[in-house]
Amino acid sequence: MAKDRIETPLARARGHGSARDGVHHWFMQRVTAISNLFLMIWLVWSVVTMASWSHADFTTWLAMPVNAVLMILAVISVFYHAALGSQVIVEDYFHHEGLKIVKLIGMKLFFAGAAVACIFAVLKVALGG
Amino acid sequence: MSDPGIKRARPLSPHLQVYRPQMTSVMSILHRATGYALAVGTIMMVWMLLAAATGADAFTVFTDFCASALGQVMLFGWSVALFYHMSNGIRHLIWDTGYLFKLKNAYRAGYVVLGMTVVMTGLFWLCVCVWS
Repeated sequence: MAKDRIETPLARARGHGSARDGVHHWFMQRVTAISNLFLMIWLVWSVVTMASWSHADFTTWLAMPVNAVLMILAVISVFYHAALGSQVIVEDYFHHEGLKIVKLIGMKLFFAGAAVACIFAVLKVALGG
Repeated sequence: MSDPGIKRARPLSPHLQVYRPQMTSVMSILHRATGYALAVGTIMMVWMLLAAATGADAFTVFTDFCASALGQVMLFGWSVALFYHMSNGIRHLIWDTGYLFKLKNAYRAGYVVLGMTVVMTGLFWLCVCVWS
């Protein structure tokens, strides 16, 4: 271990740095950015080419396996990306530690709940409810 | 020289008020603003899917709102936000690879992003109007 290194070899191997989670947040933001790009192109294309916006036509479209799977992937990718982005905004603009923690927890619970609701809805339509 | 015994309020970076807005900085804050708007806009995705799973009546409430004047204005705003955030997001991903950092290229890519936003938004609404 070099003399000027304060961190232990174990901490260095884990690579989490002083922010405690290293580049994980940054990296996942990029991963979901790339998946969002493809999935949103699909979603926009689907919105444009939707046969009609009647309930029957929409659910028929959503129940097709390829659409149901892509919609669930889009929900996971979008809400993950939104939660990561919202976290940065809250961390930048809320300087009261208690309020910041409350906002962070509330925001994460909201996106987790919304994502589960969306996935359940897709499954119910796709698997027939 | 300042008196080391006196604690002064130091200016905080980035201290936005003293800078003249530049295209690069305005586009940067717009990326965050559109991202925030889109995070709020996910509520439409939740509404659409839950309404579809609930039944025909609930889904009609959703589509009626989308067709209303307020719904159309909101959807237009979200479409601009989506295409801007998408285009500028690609610019950010390219920056991550180390390219386009020269000021001239950063500006050029910025104009491409603004152009793509206008073209994609225009094409999207043109298609929506033509097909429906």
